[in-house]
Amino acid sequence: MRRVALLAALGAYAMFACGRVTAGEETIHLIDAPGRDVTATRCVTCHSLDYIPMNAAVMSRGSWEKTVRKMIDKFGAPIRQEDVAEILDYLTAHYSG
Amino acid sequence: MITRRRWLTGSAGALMLGAMPIGRGADAVEPGGAAADEVLIALSGKKPLIKRSFRPPNFETPLADLRRPFTANDAFFVRYHLAGIPEIEPRTWRLRVGGASVSRPMELSLGDLKRGFERIDLPAVNQCAGNRRGLFAPRVPGVQWGNGAMGHAMWSGVRLRDVLRKCGLHSDALEVVFDGADVAALPQTPDFQKSLPMDRALDENTLIAFAMNARPLPHFNGAPARLIVPGWTGTYWVKHLTDIRVQPQPFDGFWMKAAYRIPTGAFPGARFVSQETPETTPITQILVNSLVTNPAPHTRLVRHRPAELSGWAWDGGTGISSVEVSTDAGLSWRPMTLEKDLGRFAWRGFRVALDTSRPGPLALAVRATSRGGERQPEKLTVNPAGYHDNRILSLALEVA
Repeated sequence: MRRVALLAALGAYAMFACGRVTAGEETIHLIDAPGRDVTATRCVTCHSLDYIPMNAAVMSRGSWEKTVRKMIDKFGAPIRQEDVAEILDYLTAHYSG
Repeated sequence: MITRRRWLTGSAGALMLGAMPIGRGADAVEPGGAAADEVLIALSGKKPLIKRSFRPPNFETPLADLRRPFTANDAFFVRYHLAGIPEIEPRTWRLRVGGASVSRPMELSLGDLKRGFERIDLPAVNQCAGNRRGLFAPRVPGVQWGNGAMGHAMWSGVRLRDVLRKCGLHSDALEVVFDGADVAALPQTPDFQKSLPMDRALDENTLIAFAMNARPLPHFNGAPARLIVPGWTGTYWVKHLTDIRVQPQPFDGFWMKAAYRIPTGAFPGARFVSQETPETTPITQILVNSLVTNPAPHTRLVRHRPAELSGWAWDGGTGISSVEVSTDAGLSWRPMTLEKDLGRFAWRGFRVALDTSRPGPLALAVRATSRGGERQPEKLTVNPAGYHDNRILSLALEVA
């Protein structure tokens, strides 16, 4: 667990260093479970992670799939096809209503 | 050209954002509404506002800051789609006006705008299309706004039509496209650009504004100049304006063709014919609506102590003709006193004394009617993106 926390902290620092994250958003922590890292690193490219808990109550696997597809197809999110299932499993398990 | 840009991301952002959570949102939205864990956070130049998202920044005005006739600049809501928000140096900022449907493209400085055209001051409501999305039932995805993705300000600037006419408009002009300086994190993400139909662009009330409540526009509200489209939802009020194009064909950008659309024919309001399909059409005008700012929801009133209900009502530009209150779940209605009329795009104050002589629950409902004859409905017209929630307001109070 400690190693994961350390990696998360380093990750947050790295994102700061390369100029992606705004102050304050490092306080947002997604639920620690399999799939979290791939979800967090892909989504945080374009937006803060608070969008995920903000919408959780509204979402289901179907609506997360629609959202992830929209991010890839309309917004050009750099999410590899082989990562989509893992991201959807994680979001459905931990951020669905 | 904009030569010096500082980006509100990374280390610069860290310095500019005083992002310390200072407490829970005091004005919780109605039951069944947006997320319960609201935090108030102050962006640079802003007082603490309800944080919906950090990046892009989406911050909502708390109810307590919506009580004044003009919403303070540092309390005005913040709404962005793209995370790259440059700080623009007003002296080097330029606005390019061109496109296939003008004969003389121009590049204007802030000084050119201020000196070359008649100055207009106009009070108007700026309301995000998604205001109250978090109160939708069934709930829909998107920024889960409560009541505060709106505000009222005195906007100062010049008429868009005066600028366009100086460029020599062709008779084939169909739409005017607006682009701001904000950019996405990735080059492949659609840039935030919006268009207006010619009649709305040439309306005498559509402005290029450089001031808000007699002060320069705050950074997070579009400095140094933004579009003001009174009566139309905030999505058209493009911030940090850099480019205006007049063109003979419909604009086909993502933010017109795929976003900010409602089912065709489902709502009243101006049509945007060149962007309409049989299924969907762009959201345009604000629908008649109201907000009770006093008392706050679930307030306990003291028996026999005088109490007053007050708030604001507004619509898409006809003005408000009446605001009524019901104390019997909508069976009977009586008109409230209206405050001074500041203009047809302004919000209109209303007030009424509350009867505190009997203890127990006090269930109130408020509905506004516009001069155009539209009245707030009882039921929501469900639509996929969660727009146009202008249901009659219910307010549960208690006398004890």
